[in-house]
Amino acid sequence: MDYYLQTLLIAGIFITLTLSLNLINGFCGQFSLGHAGFWGAGAYASAVYTVFYALPVPGPINMLIAIVVGFIAAAICGLIIGVPCLRLKGDYLAIATLGFGEIVRITIMMTEKVGGPRGFINIPHLANIFWVYAVAAIITLFMFNLKRSAFGRAIISIREDEIAAENMGVNLFKSKLFSFTIGAGIAGIAGALFAHTQQFLHPSNFNFMWSVIILVMVILGGQGSVTGSVIGAVVLTLVPEILRYIGGTIAEWRMTIFPILLIILMLIRPQGLFGAHELHFKKSGGA
Amino acid sequence: MNQNFTFLLWDCLQYLINGIAQGSLYALVALGYTMVYGIIRLVNFAHGEFLMIGAMCGFYAIRAHLPMPIAIIVAMLSSGLIAVIVERLVYRPIRKSGRIPALITAIGTSLFFQYFGQLTFGADPKTIPPFIAEKIYNFGEVNVSNVQLAILAIVLLVLFFLWWLTHYTKIGKAMRAVSFNLEAAELMGINTNQIISFTFFLGAALAGLGGMLMGYTMSIEPMMGMNLGTKAFVAAVVGGIGIIPGAALGGFIIGIAENLVAGLYKSSFRDAVSFFILIIILLVKPSGILGKNIKEKV
Repeated sequence: MDYYLQTLLIAGIFITLTLSLNLINGFCGQFSLGHAGFWGAGAYASAVYTVFYALPVPGPINMLIAIVVGFIAAAICGLIIGVPCLRLKGDYLAIATLGFGEIVRITIMMTEKVGGPRGFINIPHLANIFWVYAVAAIITLFMFNLKRSAFGRAIISIREDEIAAENMGVNLFKSKLFSFTIGAGIAGIAGALFAHTQQFLHPSNFNFMWSVIILVMVILGGQGSVTGSVIGAVVLTLVPEILRYIGGTIAEWRMTIFPILLIILMLIRPQGLFGAHELHFKKSGGA
Repeated sequence: MNQNFTFLLWDCLQYLINGIAQGSLYALVALGYTMVYGIIRLVNFAHGEFLMIGAMCGFYAIRAHLPMPIAIIVAMLSSGLIAVIVERLVYRPIRKSGRIPALITAIGTSLFFQYFGQLTFGADPKTIPPFIAEKIYNFGEVNVSNVQLAILAIVLLVLFFLWWLTHYTKIGKAMRAVSFNLEAAELMGINTNQIISFTFFLGAALAGLGGMLMGYTMSIEPMMGMNLGTKAFVAAVVGGIGIIPGAALGGFIIGIAENLVAGLYKSSFRDAVSFFILIIILLVKPSGILGKNIKEKV
């Protein structure tokens, strides 16, 4: 039972993370490879709050404050990284964000107060699966509305063609920076939830490979598709577990089968499962 | 002059020498990144894994009592062949789908080989003996080993070979033409698929050589490709990705900076310093030290 609960919990956290990266990568078209850095910054900042500076208020309120702390810390990181880096484009932006993500992780590793390379222990168990899915639902709604708002349309136009968007009066730098900061902040929220459900943080949870996995979830679902992100996150969390469940040789080789499935998906359907489309639950809904 | 200051200078010189030796290995790996990027604009994340495969095959060749030079050739050939197979099966079909699917595919390939390596070679670290018997020469307070000198010589030789290859042979000219404009080169009658395969082979073979030479400082294990690959990639970008001398320059810069920081300040900053250099270079001159600026047109 614990195992299923844990898998569901991780899937919920990854829904939030994937949505936050989709805002940067899918909507705005800015290729970021350092998302795990923001996730880590949020997780550690919120844990520092609840472990060292917690206010004498009931747990759920403290959890709310921790989420806000995680959001602010990660958003500030996003702002600091975004201002210099968003002048870059394409591959170069990807590399610069990769570098910043690694620097965040190495800085955490060097900070003795949060355990350094030993990991951060004794984080209170404030959040549970309801928190995780409530936040995921709120973020999903937020993304749906953002996509249809004027700002959402502006950043999608940046993805399609920067020069054309600029000519239509979109402030490129401001819009990019805003989506980058908000995206980083939401990753920080996912970090706060991760810290307070797992109760243990380790810098290697936030290395480059995890940035890549979040990115793959976005691409699998389809860049710019909100429902796609949700499904991408759930599928990619469950597939390795299902392969493990089958047992025998497949369980042993699951970590090699998983990348093969990924490559086959890219060969057959490079735009992801949904492309930029949404899954409709009622016929009349337009997106 | 103050005595402490003299010791500091000697120390710096020692770190500089170690840095040059290590940097030349990064340069060797960075060359593969830069050649592949130059020709098809793909950041080949699986390049570090080619290095790992080369080193592993070389290790088994040595364990089968093959002499060192043959083991090195085995390592280079095996990583080169794996790269050609990967290119044929995976990268070639994905090339038309655009850059981001290609990047994801490269990441997938890298993951596949990491776990494949763990299952077939085992996750335990293995050691490759140094390729020549190590002798240490003393110059004042500074130690230089003949292995370091040999590595530097090999890397310089490789660089010279690549310069000769790209400028004075038919296949080298074809490589330059493909990297300049793939479609135009195809129209001129160049078999671009063959050239791309050859580039992958060459880059991966150099990575395999690098993997073998690295045996003198570190043990080899299936996950080694990730860390080394990222650093070599950073080196390629710092020097100017797509430019062969740039990769070498970047490799030396990263190697020297790492050793100076680890020696003079804190060894835990070793991994961070390459990223700091990367970000500074990207902010000042995004196309790299030797790169040219390309303006985007409407």
